[in-house]
Amino acid sequence: MSKASISIGGVTGKVPVMEIKNIVLRFGGVVAIQDISFDIYEGEIRAIIGPNGAGKSSMLNVINGFYHPQEGEVWFRGRKRAAMKPYQIAHQGIARTFQNIALFKGMSALDNIMTGRFTHMKKGVFSQMIWKGSAEREEYENREIVERVIDFLEIQHIRKTPVGALPYGLQKRVELGRALAAEPQLLLLDEPMAGMNVEEKEDMSRYILDVNSEFGTTVALIEHDMGVVMDISDRVVVMDYGKKIGDGSPDEVRNDQAVIDAYLGVSDN
Amino acid sequence: MLYREVGEYKTSYAEDSQTFPIKFDRYRYFFVLLVGILFVPFVINDYWAGAVFLPFLIYAIASLGLNILTGYCGQVSLGTGGFMAVGAYAAYKLMTAFPDLNIFFVVIISGFVTAAVGTMFGLPSLRIKGFYLAVATLAAQFFLVWLFNKVGWFYNYSASGQITAPARSLGDFLITGPDATPAAQYLFCFLFVFILAWIARNLTRGKIGRSWMAIRDMDIAAEIIGVNPLIAKLSAFAISSFYVGVAGALFFTVYLGAVEVTEAFNIQKSFIVLFMIIIGGLGSIFGSFAGAAFMVLMPVVLKNLLVTQLGWATDIAAHFEFIIIGGLIVFFLIVEPHGLAQLWNLLKQKLRLWPFPY
Repeated sequence: MSKASISIGGVTGKVPVMEIKNIVLRFGGVVAIQDISFDIYEGEIRAIIGPNGAGKSSMLNVINGFYHPQEGEVWFRGRKRAAMKPYQIAHQGIARTFQNIALFKGMSALDNIMTGRFTHMKKGVFSQMIWKGSAEREEYENREIVERVIDFLEIQHIRKTPVGALPYGLQKRVELGRALAAEPQLLLLDEPMAGMNVEEKEDMSRYILDVNSEFGTTVALIEHDMGVVMDISDRVVVMDYGKKIGDGSPDEVRNDQAVIDAYLGVSDN
Repeated sequence: MLYREVGEYKTSYAEDSQTFPIKFDRYRYFFVLLVGILFVPFVINDYWAGAVFLPFLIYAIASLGLNILTGYCGQVSLGTGGFMAVGAYAAYKLMTAFPDLNIFFVVIISGFVTAAVGTMFGLPSLRIKGFYLAVATLAAQFFLVWLFNKVGWFYNYSASGQITAPARSLGDFLITGPDATPAAQYLFCFLFVFILAWIARNLTRGKIGRSWMAIRDMDIAAEIIGVNPLIAKLSAFAISSFYVGVAGALFFTVYLGAVEVTEAFNIQKSFIVLFMIIIGGLGSIFGSFAGAAFMVLMPVVLKNLLVTQLGWATDIAAHFEFIIIGGLIVFFLIVEPHGLAQLWNLLKQKLRLWPFPY
């Protein structure tokens, strides 16, 4: 754990939002995650990298409750988290995007992002039936926040377009918008730049950096593009075959022999 | 002009999310309401009520209900007939056990009873999806019809096994029984359709409607956003069954008056309502009405055309009706898989630019 405690310059505070402690995740005989520990500081951009099949997505799935690890603990905001369903974890303030876009295809971009406000809308079924009055007011208060997200992501022109009809890059942006609308304390991004061209990657990097600096949102992301990862993240965890092989600032990780071996291979002699 | 957005500037979120954003549409809606309330009741007679208006209104409620479940929440149900039977038998038991209970409340309580039953049969939806769920609801259909046919308590041990609606009135107007006037029956159903359609619109435009659509489109993503699938699915089953139960209660008390469960609420009812929402448009309030109108009006129109105009024998015409309606369904699904509601939207798109599309 020596590397994790190395001080990082810049915006990063030292208060952990999330601590992952000795997680072991097995599927039958396959060990997907083997005794991994790391933490995510308040307000930082934390990257998880590693070759295909290293267990990065499984790690995110553990964090937001799709998988329940056999051993280990997840601590959120200084408290140990009991086994929870994904929707309960959403109510705690953790939002995420998916590797393969998981938008609601039949709904407009606006409705998709409005759905992201779900955890903030409290009115019951009966006031929604009547609509006039409290439910309507709540709807428009949330609409205002959603419109701010739409402005931020520069997708005003596609507000009412069904998301199924949008190009890939914009769908990714809408999905980010849906996660942002929840005003999460921790934002998990699973390969936000997969399949994008350079310009789209630059845009997406800018949005991620802006989210982090303007709203102070803590971000944990998985990404394969090393250039992007090294540029935007504060600290990096490197995984290989379910094990953690490196942890630290981008520069440290870049020069770590174990990481270089994992990515480039080791010669036999 | 007819149908223009010119001069429509939306300056608030309330105006932006209106049900009918274009002025012409709004006027048309009020016009339909006014005709429905002030004109139709004065000209309606037994034939029009029995052949067109009552079945249309009642099926519209049922297809609104099924559309909430299947169109909005994505849970396929083939149990509609069975749930309508629950509504009908609940209404019958209430009417005979509490003769003083107002018919309005009889129908509402029947809806709640059906909602409870529907929620129970919705429980499998937490584990199974798609075709498998359809088969599970099919079991509900057969079980419920069997139950009402088998257990004498439900039909008060009458010798024929039929249930007959006693005469009940709302204020001075007879609503049920053989002496009820078509105008009173029509208005009674119209009231339910208006209220329930309004509620359906409110539910589907807001938080709960979005949680249903989220479950329909991508249940995993819905869950990470905070939607509890248990609550979303079961609330869809409950509210949908409420609508279907009200439709069943009205179908029995107002429309038919006497019912034999294996005939009135068999599997064919489930399919008819399912066809209505598929033809009308899944996930659309307007589609529920359009589908109900199509399935109710088509046989009437065809019968008039074939028998009265062309002079065919009644039995041959009856068979050709099936063929033609089946053909039309196939035709519609090929031309516009998203139903009449989508055709209607396309028409409105075209109308915006008409007559100068460039």
